Amino acid sequence: MTATLRALFGTPLNAVLTLVMLGLFWLAIPPFVEWAFAHATWDGLSRKACAPDGACWAFVRARFALFIYGRYPLEERWRVDVVLVTLAVLALGALFAPRGRGWCLGLLMTVLPIGGAVLLTGGVFGLAPVATGDWGGLMLNVVITFIAVLISLPIGVALAFGRQSELPVVRWFSITFIEVWRGSPLLAVLFMGLIMLPMFLPNGVTVDNLVRAVVVLSLFESAYMAETIRGGLQGIPKGQTEAALALGMHKGIAQALVVLPQAMRLAIPGIINIVVDLFKDTTLVSIVGLFDLMGVINQSLKDPNWLGLAMEGYTFAVVLFFFACLLISLAGQTLERRFGSASRNPRR
Amino acid sequence: MAVTVYPNRYSDKSGSVRGPVGPFETRKEIDKEQLRRRTNPIARCSGLGQPPRDDGGVTPAQSIWGLIMKRTLHRMLGAVGLAATILAATALPGLAPAAHAQGVTFPGPTVEAIKKRGMLSCGIDTGVPGFASQDNAGKWHGIDVDYCRAIAAAVLGDQEKVKWVPTTAAARFTVLQSGEIDVLIRDSTLTFTRSVQLGLDEVAVTFYAGEGFLVNKKLGVSKITELNGATICVITGATLELNIADFARSNGTKIGTLLFDKPDEAIAAMEAGRCDGYTDDTGSLAGMRSTLKNPSDWVVLDGVISKEPLGIHARSGDPSWQKILYWLHAGLLTAEETGVTKANADQLKTSSKDPFVRRLLGTEGDFGKKLGLDDEWMLRAIKVGGNYGELYDTYFGPKALDLPRGLNNLWTKGGLQYALPWR
Repeated sequence: MTATLRALFGTPLNAVLTLVMLGLFWLAIPPFVEWAFAHATWDGLSRKACAPDGACWAFVRARFALFIYGRYPLEERWRVDVVLVTLAVLALGALFAPRGRGWCLGLLMTVLPIGGAVLLTGGVFGLAPVATGDWGGLMLNVVITFIAVLISLPIGVALAFGRQSELPVVRWFSITFIEVWRGSPLLAVLFMGLIMLPMFLPNGVTVDNLVRAVVVLSLFESAYMAETIRGGLQGIPKGQTEAALALGMHKGIAQALVVLPQAMRLAIPGIINIVVDLFKDTTLVSIVGLFDLMGVINQSLKDPNWLGLAMEGYTFAVVLFFFACLLISLAGQTLERRFGSASRNPRR
Repeated sequence: MAVTVYPNRYSDKSGSVRGPVGPFETRKEIDKEQLRRRTNPIARCSGLGQPPRDDGGVTPAQSIWGLIMKRTLHRMLGAVGLAATILAATALPGLAPAAHAQGVTFPGPTVEAIKKRGMLSCGIDTGVPGFASQDNAGKWHGIDVDYCRAIAAAVLGDQEKVKWVPTTAAARFTVLQSGEIDVLIRDSTLTFTRSVQLGLDEVAVTFYAGEGFLVNKKLGVSKITELNGATICVITGATLELNIADFARSNGTKIGTLLFDKPDEAIAAMEAGRCDGYTDDTGSLAGMRSTLKNPSDWVVLDGVISKEPLGIHARSGDPSWQKILYWLHAGLLTAEETGVTKANADQLKTSSKDPFVRRLLGTEGDFGKKLGLDDEWMLRAIKVGGNYGELYDTYFGPKALDLPRGLNNLWTKGGLQYALPWR
């Protein structure tokens, strides 16, 4: 306690800074609490029901399902629930299960994407087809993030090795790919996918907007993944490869079984960083006409019954995104402990 | 490769029905095979440079994205231009329309494609009050949306058979040209550039909008010309500012502007007294006013300083589709003129003696069949949301956004909505 006090008021400068910050909190927090809680309205059918000086949470409540599922048909929403719950269970299993973590991870990376895609799109096994245009809300952010990570991770690994390859063609291809994607703004690339792609496609061929967005995001993130993993690869001493080769391992096997696992362990913090970033970047897909959480919120602000409630909508988005990113970040920390990258630095 | 002017359209052999010679059809190049194809890529690229303006309202998202988009696009345009040049050099000869000398056939390739698909693909706004917005259950509402439903009801017999394609300002014309949507009804202004350079059919004006003003009652101003010396809060990234400057210059008045990125910020500044009023399209001004703390302190001034005729865009090259769309709009207006409503349409179909009503509802004249549809097409279209007046009332009437009808009234009531005669 005294240590804290000393840190806050130890010197005159610190004391002044502390008081200024407290003053700012005093100015900002009570009005916010008043707006968000004391004067807030929780029930109502339209904005008219809301108190003028408080938050209109009735808006968020009325539209909650829309924010989570988008226009996914009401009677089919259980399919989204199944996929999201399976994702959560498998992810928890891969992190915390006392045994069978590998199985969980394997299912997460193979069965879930395929099964999930079948379940969500429908059209087979008596499931009603649901157009991707009707997917939306938070579900869309989660789905896009998951698929993009799944695609970009292996591509990233390949590019990271490719960049270190001794074959000039492979090396230059990898370098070009990485630099081009890293060097272009995501918004511009999404626009290219939206506006330029239809021009280059043959007549009558249209590519699903969701597919466009996922492809663009995956390729974009692969470049970042590649560089993060390359950082990990560089952290592995050359002796590891040489030792593996001396044991008679094939070159590829040595990389895959000795170098890569250690490199991935080093790269985990960077990869988690990319995933969090990607999750937030998925909100950009609203510009290609997909209604992710931000898209749905912006859309909802245009309902004549709920005009002028931007503060409530955006506050809700901030809270939801904060907790979602916190979850990813916590999962990352658990992963680090599991693989021991924090405690057992191989370069020690 | 000859361009043909097709002869007088679907004139009835009996002579009782004359082909409409309206402003919407004069010369057309017919090309059925090329119809679904992409048009000149250069024309399409020029669509990128279109200002994302003319929406009923610039949504907060649109204003941020609009800004980012514009910047990004400007940077991209160089690359786009290059790509388009290459594409044009290699592919243009194959894409240039080859014409066939023959009359218009109904229902035409677009309708055939829609029927085959079983769905009308309709381009709408991503969200603007009164024109297209979703309710709590995610169902689309709005006057543009109801036009899509009416078309689906007329062509497919089911108003729910619509694939909604919400389009951003930047992408709207591209998705239309690429064939992703059959028709664009997205509070988009009909202009020369879009008609000629983008090669779109501008079928009909469904909503006459313009840039208007919402000002504090304390100013004591009733006309825009009296705004001399006032300061107006304006959202950037559109033509709003330019319109004000042009207006002030041509009228010799001085109007100060205070610029903002988002409507919410501008409105907050206005309520805090930093400016005397706010400007936007008339359609969204009414909606804006209803969100103010004390709506009765503010007044929407009469008149506008720019013309924003919002309406239906279709891909060029299918004259029969264009005619169906035009006559659907004309039919909704005729229904209002003749007193046909959602409620009494079925009854009037059998009981009415008015020849216009009888032709409209398919009791006589086979007008629907002449368009390649069935005779009850307009009856179904009217039963979606009623006649034009009912549609306006649902979304802009006193119980909704409370926007006076003004120019959108029928020509008989001092407005501009005038349908070509249904005979």
